[in-house]
Amino acid sequence: MAEQTILFDKHIEAGAKMVDFHGWDMPINYGSQIEEHHAVRQDAGMFDVSHMTVVDIKGAQAKPFLQKLLANDVAKLTVSGKAMYGGMLNETGGVIDDLITYFISDEYYRLVVNSATRVKDMAWINKQAASFDVAVTELPELSMIAVQGPNAKEKAAKVFSAAQNAALEGIKPFFSVDVDGLFIATTGYTGENGYEIIVPQAQCADLWQQLLDVDVRPCGLGARDTLRLEAGMNLYGLDMDEDVSPLAANMAWTIAWEPSEREFIGRSALVEQKASGTLHKQVGLILEAKGVLRHGQKVVFTDSEGVEQEGVITSGTFSPTLGHSVAIARVPRSIGDVAQVEMRKKFVEVKVVKSGFVRNGKKTF
Amino acid sequence: MSNIPAELKYATSHEWVRDDGNGIYTVGITEHAQGLLGDMVFVDLPDVGDTFDAGDDIAVAESVKAASDIYAPITGEVVEINEELEDSPELVNSDAFNDGYLFKIKADDASELANLLDAEGYQATIEED
Repeated sequence: MAEQTILFDKHIEAGAKMVDFHGWDMPINYGSQIEEHHAVRQDAGMFDVSHMTVVDIKGAQAKPFLQKLLANDVAKLTVSGKAMYGGMLNETGGVIDDLITYFISDEYYRLVVNSATRVKDMAWINKQAASFDVAVTELPELSMIAVQGPNAKEKAAKVFSAAQNAALEGIKPFFSVDVDGLFIATTGYTGENGYEIIVPQAQCADLWQQLLDVDVRPCGLGARDTLRLEAGMNLYGLDMDEDVSPLAANMAWTIAWEPSEREFIGRSALVEQKASGTLHKQVGLILEAKGVLRHGQKVVFTDSEGVEQEGVITSGTFSPTLGHSVAIARVPRSIGDVAQVEMRKKFVEVKVVKSGFVRNGKKTF
Repeated sequence: MSNIPAELKYATSHEWVRDDGNGIYTVGITEHAQGLLGDMVFVDLPDVGDTFDAGDDIAVAESVKAASDIYAPITGEVVEINEELEDSPELVNSDAFNDGYLFKIKADDASELANLLDAEGYQATIEED
């Protein structure tokens, strides 16, 4: 029996088509995934992301613990509420999970990790925490709603309290405030402005209803996937996993190499990977002709030495904003501006760009 | 519950067939099938004049979720394709049994129709899914 979020009844009420998502019964769409996608690019949409896991790290050694656990350096976080994205790596430099860390104080950080990886994440975090003076607490009593789109902030403001709105005045991206029972962050997974709101379960359905009442459109996991792909954001399990280096998954910017004496887990493996010269890289692919690029399709090209090279599409979709297909691929670094993708036994030509296709409603390539 | 018109014939692979008379049959995919596939983004249709055996790959319905082969429900020659789908593939979602049809085929042998399911038979196959 799949788990249900506290919003299950609201989804059914809104006509959701429910699917099993890594053990959770989640809405894939509420009728049309494409219309939901457009709502987020053009107005405001919301997602139930309560299946994600909130983990609080507290204690005298919270900071040194996370400096070991995470490839990005929490020492960069100095202002309370600031958020940081990065990977939690294994000893061989593969990605156990990608996550957001919120800084509350040197002795209190909040992590939001993926639902699909919850069990192994918790096992890993608890194992690493054993030698530190920290308390690791999962908070399943918290739910989460993401409100995203050019009008998301304006619409959400109608629902927030005066104190919440005051705290959000002039807030920068990747920040959070914790006011009147809501933990509100300027983060997201769509490439649009908006908030991710952590809310106690007991108030979650009311908040969802209030957002519905100000015309924020419910959006399912289908639209969430096309939006994040257009934004060039990785999906754990597809674009990277425990066998993929963050350096081959467009996550090099999340690796804090300095200070050089910080021995985060996976560091020595990453150094070796870099030295090997065989690391692939992540690129974006664009198919303007008919057809849809899909996960697992082969990408081939001939490099400048005349050697046949091969990579793979890690995620692909039809881009509702652009009207054609886009994909994220992992390929040898020698790739040029074009490549061929094997689709249904035929090879089609694709353009190769930097991953990331749409930001704030606009094409970026 | 999915709508399954009683006057049509069905293949287990979710195509429907309507008898237009004179040996011509209109073919589409069922409302149930479009629901499984989700929003349609491209439909690759055969060319008019192409001939197919029953069971051949004849078209591809590509949705946000997956590319799905459409099979010729009967042997024959394609005599018309639904040109509207080029610009409006979503017709397959919004009106699977009418404006969202895929093509028309002239049957070589109308007796092949007997191999297809009636509405009740099709209903039974999708309940097993």
